[in-house]
Amino acid sequence: MSFNVENYFSDLSDRDIILFYKGNVDSDVINHILDTVEDKMVSISEQPKLRKKVYNVLVESLQNLYHHVDRVPDEFEDQTSEKFGLLVVKKVNGGYKITTGNFINTANIEKLEEKIKRINRSSHEEIKELYKFILNHQRISAKGGGGLGLVDIVRKTGNKLVYEFKKYNEKYSFFYLNILVTEEV
Amino acid sequence: MEPIIIEGTPKTPTVRFDAGDGVFEIKGRSIPENSVEFYKPLVDWLDTYKDAPLPKTVVNIRLEYFNTSSSKCILDVFKKLEAIHKAKNEVEVNWYYEEDDEDMLEAGEDYESIIRVPFKMVEIEE
Repeated sequence: MSFNVENYFSDLSDRDIILFYKGNVDSDVINHILDTVEDKMVSISEQPKLRKKVYNVLVESLQNLYHHVDRVPDEFEDQTSEKFGLLVVKKVNGGYKITTGNFINTANIEKLEEKIKRINRSSHEEIKELYKFILNHQRISAKGGGGLGLVDIVRKTGNKLVYEFKKYNEKYSFFYLNILVTEEV
Repeated sequence: MEPIIIEGTPKTPTVRFDAGDGVFEIKGRSIPENSVEFYKPLVDWLDTYKDAPLPKTVVNIRLEYFNTSSSKCILDVFKKLEAIHKAKNEVEVNWYYEEDDEDMLEAGEDYESIIRVPFKMVEIEE
């Protein structure tokens, strides 16, 4: 069976893609990606407001991978990455599209999908209240996440989360999350 | 009390907590993966300071970026300040944000609505 995590993207050679990464997501990789994307945005004189939003969303996306990815299936091509993740940053009309990908145990899909659906059906005001509620009431988990990453992303971008679970085998799926960061919220 | 002085890094802020003048500062970027590890010493320090605080404590928060994991730790810092304020000591928080950064202003307003300490929102012109 062949499963290619890149098949999801039709145009990875597109010159609008400013970053493509797949592999282990550790602290050094996160630093490197943040620097690369920030330098790129500065070099094309991206407006500061959009630049900050993209940076913030990238931090949360990468740290979501860092804190939450499930380990790769035994048959997967990359067995060396403890925290295997995928990231694509693409310049689009009016902003940037950030796509992350990671393996998820089938058993964990329902909970994640519920969370995303809840966030997606909330109004901007509800998102702000939800953020404050989680900030004030939820402790940092054993994995080190605060449970706020996705809420923060939607709050800052004003856009819905677009996602897909691609089945890998009975035990695993690959989770793609698309985040659009645009100039106006 | 020994002051806390920490130089900033690309992922952690510059910190200056000095019980001598009662002016505490956190500035720069706060985006570490493990924010508890970074903030625990600060929260512990404040816990000691609150037993014998100066009559007036001024706290300047001047962050360019902070991640959601830091946001909880920053709340823990503010909770210590709230306890100092509740014990009838003057506490003032200055929350700085760059003029186009509405997200940072809103983040300050979130804390202001949760924590019972006087906040001042200070716009920085670029």
